Amino acid sequence: MTTAAARPARVLVVEDDPSILQSLEFLLRAEGYDTRCAMRGDEALVAIKEFRPDLLVLDVMLPAIDGFEVCLRLRADPATRPIRVLMLTARGRDTEVARGRAAGADDYLTKPFATRELVERVRTLLSAER
Amino acid sequence: MASAYIVVLISFAYVGLLFAIAFYADRRADHGRSLIANPYVYALSLGVYCTSWTFYGSVGRAASSGIGFLPIYFGPTLMALLWWYLLRKMVRVSKANGITSLADLVASRYGRSELLGGIVTVIAVIGIVPYISLQLKAVSNSFAIMLRYPEIAMPAKQADIPLLADNTFYIALLLAAFTILFGTRHLDASERHEGLVAAIAFESLVKLLAFIALGLFVTFSLYHGPGDLFARAAEFPGLERMLHVDGQNIDYTSWASLTFLSMFAILLLPRQFQMAVVENVDERHLNRAAWLLPLYLFAINLFVLPIAFAGMMAFPAGDMDADFFVLTLPMAEQQVWLTLFVFIGGLSAATGMVIVETIALSTMICNSLVMPLLLRLRPLNLQDRADLSGIVLFVRRAGIICVLLLGYAYFRLAGEAYALVSIGLISFAAVAQFAPAVLGGLYWRGATRTGAACGLTGGFAVWVYTLLLPSFARSGWLPLSFIEQGPAGIALLKPLALFGLTGLDDVTHCLFWSLLVNAGLFIGLSLLGSPSVAERIEAGRFVDGGHGGGANSSVEAWRTSATVGELIALTGRFLGVRRAREAFTAYAHGRGYKSNRELPVDTALLRHTETLLVGAIGAASARAVVASVAQEEPLGMHQVMNILDEASQTLAHSRELEQKSMDLERASAELRSANRRLQALDRLKDDFISTVTHELRTPLTSIRAFSEILHDHPDLESGERGKFLGIIVKETERLTRLINQVLDLARLESGNAEWHAAEIDLRDVMEDAAASVGQLFRERGVTLELALPPAVSPVFADRDRVLQVLLNLLSNAAKFCAAGTGRAVMTLSASAEALRIDVADNGPGIGADDQAIIFDKFRQVGDTLTQKPHGSGLGLSICRQIVGHLGGRLWVTSSVGHGATFSFTLPLARAEVESPVAATASPAPA
Repeated sequence: MTTAAARPARVLVVEDDPSILQSLEFLLRAEGYDTRCAMRGDEALVAIKEFRPDLLVLDVMLPAIDGFEVCLRLRADPATRPIRVLMLTARGRDTEVARGRAAGADDYLTKPFATRELVERVRTLLSAER
Repeated sequence: MASAYIVVLISFAYVGLLFAIAFYADRRADHGRSLIANPYVYALSLGVYCTSWTFYGSVGRAASSGIGFLPIYFGPTLMALLWWYLLRKMVRVSKANGITSLADLVASRYGRSELLGGIVTVIAVIGIVPYISLQLKAVSNSFAIMLRYPEIAMPAKQADIPLLADNTFYIALLLAAFTILFGTRHLDASERHEGLVAAIAFESLVKLLAFIALGLFVTFSLYHGPGDLFARAAEFPGLERMLHVDGQNIDYTSWASLTFLSMFAILLLPRQFQMAVVENVDERHLNRAAWLLPLYLFAINLFVLPIAFAGMMAFPAGDMDADFFVLTLPMAEQQVWLTLFVFIGGLSAATGMVIVETIALSTMICNSLVMPLLLRLRPLNLQDRADLSGIVLFVRRAGIICVLLLGYAYFRLAGEAYALVSIGLISFAAVAQFAPAVLGGLYWRGATRTGAACGLTGGFAVWVYTLLLPSFARSGWLPLSFIEQGPAGIALLKPLALFGLTGLDDVTHCLFWSLLVNAGLFIGLSLLGSPSVAERIEAGRFVDGGHGGGANSSVEAWRTSATVGELIALTGRFLGVRRAREAFTAYAHGRGYKSNRELPVDTALLRHTETLLVGAIGAASARAVVASVAQEEPLGMHQVMNILDEASQTLAHSRELEQKSMDLERASAELRSANRRLQALDRLKDDFISTVTHELRTPLTSIRAFSEILHDHPDLESGERGKFLGIIVKETERLTRLINQVLDLARLESGNAEWHAAEIDLRDVMEDAAASVGQLFRERGVTLELALPPAVSPVFADRDRVLQVLLNLLSNAAKFCAAGTGRAVMTLSASAEALRIDVADNGPGIGADDQAIIFDKFRQVGDTLTQKPHGSGLGLSICRQIVGHLGGRLWVTSSVGHGATFSFTLPLARAEVESPVAATASPAPA
């Protein structure tokens, strides 16, 4: 039971659109999470190693390494396996969701999302039992 | 008596020697080195024509009528001249059709008629029985004479001796046993008996040598040469008249008829047919035999007259049967060894004839009489029996025993009344009945089965009436009044003087009437009727068959559902499984297949099966049996033609179908590729839609997010508030722009865009464009230069659209140039047919790979750059559509690190009169 009271949860946001990134950053900070940002997949991987987040808000469409790949690599490494992942995508296909699940995502949201929804999901994921 | 045992012993030893020769010959044949593949052996085997009749009877006949014994040897001599043609044809036709007996020949020729086969068999058996009885008489009498040695006496009359005490009966049984051993040890599809032929050839040699030895003895030992002999005969009372040719009553009619008869006999006697045709291994042997046989006949008859005269002079009392002078003469001179030799010669002559004739007859009885009846009477039973070879062999052996017993019976009933030669002539007359049917069948296509059957039956009936019955009458089994006054006293029907024809001897009389009736019915009925289809097919095969290989010229088709296995099993039932398999394997190899299984079940195979079976059960039965397995009757010509017609129609149809199916194939191939193209386009469309969806959703996401943030966080600091509102506005604009572009592109691609073309001055448009983007360039710190010629010709185009293109290119240039050092140059140049605009920048340049894709929808250079460039990625696609629609071309020239130049052309107005300012734009390649 990791709660924000022990220490603030660390969240890494990976999104290539600057406006969306900004909105996400604001939302998460407003919730009191320690939030970092990355705009590319390779950057994300580096940030994960340094920042050691508890949760990733991960866009699928990313330059260089896409969201699925990032997730797979995350799960492949035992050190980073426990990190929760919330995937975001704008494409409306069912196959994307399935792919996301297969890649190891814990949850999935389609854009445009409701901000309250997003916040709620993040909270749930962060408070879930390991 | 010791001599009895000696004689018996020597007889058995001689027969044993014959067996040894036969066995050896069979063994040689099995190893492939046949003993009888030799024209001399073939010719000698034909010497079986000379039987006890020749050996004993000729002398007897010579004693009573001088050279009247000769005519029956003229016939074969004359016939030998014709052999070149006639016998060769018979051999060829018989080999080609698997003919194994005389009955088979006739039955096959007339449409495989079982009826005819049966008729011929009956006639042959009844006709030859007297001949066999004559041999029995000769053997038993000669045996009796030998037993009386040194006393020279004729045997007592046979009629009173009871059956079981009759030596002749035992002789008959013994001959039956020999015959069975010689001829029915196994079944051969071709009915050839190599061992038998070798033994018979040896026999011919023995009897010839014996007779010649006796002749030499008589001529040069008893007398001092022929001159002395004839001189002495001339002095002998009663013999003188015989020495003068003109002094004798040469009955020319009689001689003619005898010659005629013997001509038929040499060809049609069952034993002659067996030796000359069935046992023939090489057609070329006929050539040698054609002169060897007459030579043999000449040699064996050379000493007949001398011996006859010597006999008459030695036994003037006339109590010695002249038929047996050949034995009594050397006996009178105490020549034991010569007598034995002569006895053996006579035994040779008799056994040879009996064995061959009986084998031939039993083959006919089995194949053409009994087996057809058995197969018909209980069809289910017999067809179900797995192995019928046992039955076939049994029938053959029973046939042999029956024939010999019949011969014995005739001997008891009628043998006493006649001299040997007369008995023989009765048989000759019987086989002469075959002549019309056989010879007519071989040379006349119009001969019909009905004609042959009626001719044979009629001729046979006449023979029975005019020769056979009188012989019974003369022996006392029928009242003599039958001969003398005719049946029931009708004089016209006197058997020896039918319809008042007198002056002919019995045989000639019979020959005349029987052949008249026979040939008359045969020719008349054949002319009146017409051959059936089956007969015509066979007729073709037989009449044309003499020309080597013509046997297959007729068309005969089978439809069948049989398998090779079934055919082998069928054949195995009659020949034995092993032989059947060997035969089929040999046939398969002959046709170039490796094994039985590969054989196709076609007409040739069915006919071959038939051929194999013909030897075991005769042609008609073979046909019936194969047909039953094949489950179809053979087709007549008419049906065959129908089938051929159908087949050719079907062929034509199937060719049409083939053509149509090829067309279908092509059409469906085209459809398939069209479908693939559609699917590809579909996928592209799907991709496009999903990309558009993504592109639209992205700005929407931030608009929504920030709207909600502003809504949910009312106490935001105003600076941040302003910033967020600004983002909302910007993203809204972005979204609007994107939507507009997508719609624009969609309209352009589908051809629904509106075009308002007019004559425009491009310089004007370019200046407008430069003015519009001025602000953007200043903000980004990129300089823009214009290079415009003083005046250009107008172009006919939609001003707004051209402006749109220019704005797009210029804003790209601004985006990609580095801030501060960026430089863009817009140039206008003219060529003969078009105006060209270049927009050059000094940005990072575009690599060759990217040059290919930048005009694609949603593709942007910069996926790999640090900064995500602004814009939707649709701009260049739209530009390409527009330029293409206006009749120009849009392209890029660039290399990495050296900037990029986008260029497009627009055709000049005067060439634009026929410009394609049509509503349909060609879709941009994806």
